[in-house]
Formats: sequence, structure tokens, C-alpha cells
Amino acid sequence: MMFSRLFENVSRRMLVLLAALLIVLFGAPFFATDYLLTVLILILYFAYIGQAWNIMMGFAGQLSLGHALYVGLGAYTSAALYVHFGIGPWIGLLVAIPIAALAGVFIGYLAFRFKVGGVYFAILTIAVAEFARVGFDHFAWTKGSSGLFLPVAQFTRNDLWLLRGQPVMFYYILLVATVLAFVFCRALLQSRMGYFWLAIREDEEAARSAGIDTFRYKMIAVVISSGMTSFAGVIYAFYYNNLFPEQVFHISRSIEIILGPIVGGVGTLFGPIIGAFLLTGMSETLIAALHAVGLDIPGAKQVFYGICLLLVIMALPDGIWPWLARRLGLSEREK
Amino acid sequence: MPFEVYLNVAVGGLLTGLVYGLMALGLSVIFGVVRVVNFAHGEMMTIAMYIAIVLFSALHLDPMVMMVPIAAVLFCFGYALQAGVINPFITRPEHSQFLLLVAIAIIMINVLLILFGPDAQSVQTSYSYDSFQFGKLIVDATKLYAAAAAVTVAVALYCFFQFTAIGTAIRACADNYTGALVVGLDVKHLYALTFGLGSACVGAAGVMLVLIVDVTPSLGPAYTLLAFVIVITGGLGSMPGALLGGVLIGLTEAMAGLIFTPSAKSMFAFGILVLVLLFRPQGIMGKKVT
Repeated sequence: MMFSRLFENVSRRMLVLLAALLIVLFGAPFFATDYLLTVLILILYFAYIGQAWNIMMGFAGQLSLGHALYVGLGAYTSAALYVHFGIGPWIGLLVAIPIAALAGVFIGYLAFRFKVGGVYFAILTIAVAEFARVGFDHFAWTKGSSGLFLPVAQFTRNDLWLLRGQPVMFYYILLVATVLAFVFCRALLQSRMGYFWLAIREDEEAARSAGIDTFRYKMIAVVISSGMTSFAGVIYAFYYNNLFPEQVFHISRSIEIILGPIVGGVGTLFGPIIGAFLLTGMSETLIAALHAVGLDIPGAKQVFYGICLLLVIMALPDGIWPWLARRLGLSEREK
Repeated sequence: MPFEVYLNVAVGGLLTGLVYGLMALGLSVIFGVVRVVNFAHGEMMTIAMYIAIVLFSALHLDPMVMMVPIAAVLFCFGYALQAGVINPFITRPEHSQFLLLVAIAIIMINVLLILFGPDAQSVQTSYSYDSFQFGKLIVDATKLYAAAAAVTVAVALYCFFQFTAIGTAIRACADNYTGALVVGLDVKHLYALTFGLGSACVGAAGVMLVLIVDVTPSLGPAYTLLAFVIVITGGLGSMPGALLGGVLIGLTEAMAGLIFTPSAKSMFAFGILVLVLLFRPQGIMGKKVT
């Protein structure tokens, strides 16, 4: 059973820390202001997608710079089904996952069949995402570049089935999703496949000569990652209620997705979560700080954001989590 | 539509494509030697464009004349960037380099945004609306000048790499990093030099493009992507390949804009990229990737 070894090699200190974190996150909506809650939702959103992206890059070593594609496909599929046929998001998700996974299979097949790796693979993922962006701009069924809107009303009660409700509902859905993704990734890492992925990441030729079907396992990584990411798209669509190809599929969305896990630590389970907290937190703090100083010119926030990114990556090239784990005495001996 | 329309658009696309080619050449040189993916490539071009615009609007200096000085400024900028920030990252994994350059790109875009605002700016020279007529073919003067300048710069760069001692040394670094270190080449200096040269190329291309397109601070990412598509289509590390890729993409975009709709033109460029990756992953002129 893949979950039987979930708690193997986990120190007591780590368990206590995890439990504390969970309690804080589950209790947060009771204390948080509306503003803080929206920030937390954003953090969890990025933590979840970061975890999904990490499966592809952190585990299997395939650098995807086009994850906005899967978010967008998930968002557009579920929203279009809802708007056109009144089909709820959870059923929509069952359609969205295969569609996103199929897109992943397409990219993976193109790339891995012809040994396209590294930078070439990264560019291919961007290209397909951009292709989708321009394509959706001209796709009349989803209203093209004028945007697809979900009917909005003042929600007094939360409808979990149709995902119509207040931010708190989305917060808890994303929290559960993030926790599940975390546990799932931990289980994956400890499975046979997880070890195959790490072998491929470290040295693909060596992995192949050891008898690992690298094509197959890279494809599985892409399929799992893209399918998981599409769920975030569904939540995006029903949380924001509007979709524009220019926003959803844009390359800067893809970059936002992967900044968190890279800053937090690629290939680690905590990296995406820490990265999401740090970057989103930093971004919001900068807005507040610049506003307080009276420096409200457009672009100022991003300049500071860029400088902070630069400093982090120069100081901690492996990301924050490996460094933090050492500091807290949490680093597992095997890693 | 009459045939001449197609021909005119095709020639226009071809000429613009040569300028694209010069831009992509910068990227190709940097990646071919330093093995760092310059994700701030389009942003560097935007900087050159704004320098050209400021010089034109403040001092009425023609972009054609200022091409070499601006390219020199970009060279210094690129050299400093590689020597100061990027060199420690050359042995780090790709995603780490990617993050570094994305951070640099974010800073560049937004500094430009603060300095110049979000509105589009352009340069109106005395020859902006001039054209040459060859029979039924009408060619924009600006595009012709820009393309000629792009080809000149590309040829100069090719000669530099083939016939000078430093150029040969840089090619040696590209071929074998360890070997270059062993024979006593100052690899870090040569890398910085290469990054500078690549920046100068994209700078020169930017100054030429100012004559053809309107400039906004957010132009960068789209051109970075375009440069990638061109380089991979033409073949990474091949200098003629970059120009050929540029022409191919320029032509495709122009024709797609005419036959379908201008807003869908980049779809066709990406379509070509996918086809190339499918049938000839090393690019049209590229050597087999090992």
C-alpha cells in the first residue's frame, strides 16, 4: 500500500510543526479579516499549483514553463460547461482533468519521443501555452478575447456543489486540496515510481541503462502534474467568475506559478508552500509599504519584488526550505 | 486580392524577419557559448529601443546613426551583467538561472514603466513614409534600411568569430569549457564578452525595430519568446540559422496577418516551432544535438 510508509523517517519535531501549521491554517478564517483571507486564498492557490508543478520539475526533472496552459484549460472547460449547459464544476472537473492531461500528453509525446529536453522542452511548453492563448482569443464558443463570465450574485449561503459562495468556502477547498496534494506528493516520492523519477532527474542516461522506461515515467509525471493543475483552474474560474485568455494563459501566469517552488526549494515537499507564503506575502507587504511611503507609481512594487527575488536566488540558490530545514534541525538524513 | 499585395507583404515580412534574425542571433550566441538562457533578451531590446527614442526626441539623433553607439552601450551593459551577476550561476541548474534572469527581466520592465509610462511611443523620421518602387513592388524605406543594417551587423559578427583571435577563443569556450580553462583562457572574461556581444546584437536590432514598431515597456516578453522560437527553428548555435529562422518567422507572421487576422499571427510562428521540433529537433541549420 502506497500510504503505509507515509510517516516513515518523519521526526517528532516535524510532526509537531506540521500539526501546528495545520491548526493555524484551519483556524485562520475565524480571525482573519476579509483582506487577509483573500491573501491566504492566493497563497494556498499558489502552494497547490506549485506542488503540482514540482512533480514534473522537482521530481522528474522536466522544466515546464507553461503550466498556465493546464490552469487555463481547467478553468475554461469547467466555466464553459457551466455557462452553456449548467453543468456543475465537480462534473466539469471530470471533463477538465482529461483535457488538461491530454494537452500534457501531447507536449510530453512531442518532446520525449524526440529526446527534446532541457531548455528546448521548456520553450515547447511556453509555445503550446501561447498557442492556446491566441487560440482561445479567437474561439467563439468561449467568447474569445472579450472574456467568459460566470453569473455572479450576492451569495448568502455557500453552495459547495456548484461552488457558488463566499471566499471562506474557497479557502477551505484550497486548504484541503493543498493538504491532499502534499500527502499525495509525499506518497509519490516514497513509491517505486518516485525513486524512478529521481533517478531520471539526476541522470537520465544512467536511469535508462538501469532499465527504467524513462519515456513512460516522464509521461506519467506530466499527466499527473497537468491533471492536478487543472483543478486549480476550476477553482480559479469559480472564484474570480471571469476568464480572459490574455490573463489566464499569459506567460507571466506560468512564471508566477513556478517562482514559488523555485524560491522555496525545487524537489522538496515544503518548497512550494514556503515559496507561496513568502512571495505572496512579500508582494502584499510591498504594496502596503510603498503605499505608506507614498510611492504609488505603477511598476514600483514589481521593481522591489524583482530585487527581492534576485537577492533570494543569489543568497540561497537551492531555495529556502533546504536552508531552513538545516536551521530547524529538520533535515532528514537521507536527503 | 491581387498578387502584388501578397508580394509586397511577403517582402515586408522578409525584411522585418532579417531584423528579428539579428535579435535572435544575440540569443543564439549567448546560449551557444555561455549556455545560459537569456530570459531577459526582449527586455534588453526594449532598453535599446527607449534609448533610441529618448535620443531622437530630445536631441533629434537619427536611430540609423545611433545604432552603433547604442549597441556599444548595450555591450557594456551585457558585459557588466554577465561579469557581475550571471557568472556565479553558470554551473547552476537551469531553473536557478531561469529565476535569476526572470528577476532581472521583471526589474527592467518595471524600471522602464516607471521612467516612460505605459503608453506606446514611436520615432517619426523624415523618411518614415518613404518607399522604393521596383515595378509593381513597393518597399518601405525604413524596413529596407533596417534589414540592410541587420545583415551588416550579422556579417561583422560572423567575421569577428571566424577571423579574430578573441572570436576563436570564444568558440573554443563554447566547444569545450574544461579544455578552454586548461589552455589558460580567461573563460569568465570571454563569457562576459560574449554576453556583451549578444546584447549588442539585440541592441542594434532594437534600434532598427524602433523604425518599424511602436514601443511599450511590456514589449519585452513577447520578443524574448519570438527570439526563442526563431533560434530553435533556425538551429541553436548556427549563425546563418538564426537569420534564416528570422526570415521564416517574419514571412510567416506577415502572410498569416494578411490571410487570416493579425492578432492570430503568433499562432503560426508557434505552429512552425512545433513542426520543427517534431521533424528536425536540432533546427533547420543546426547540428545534431548531443
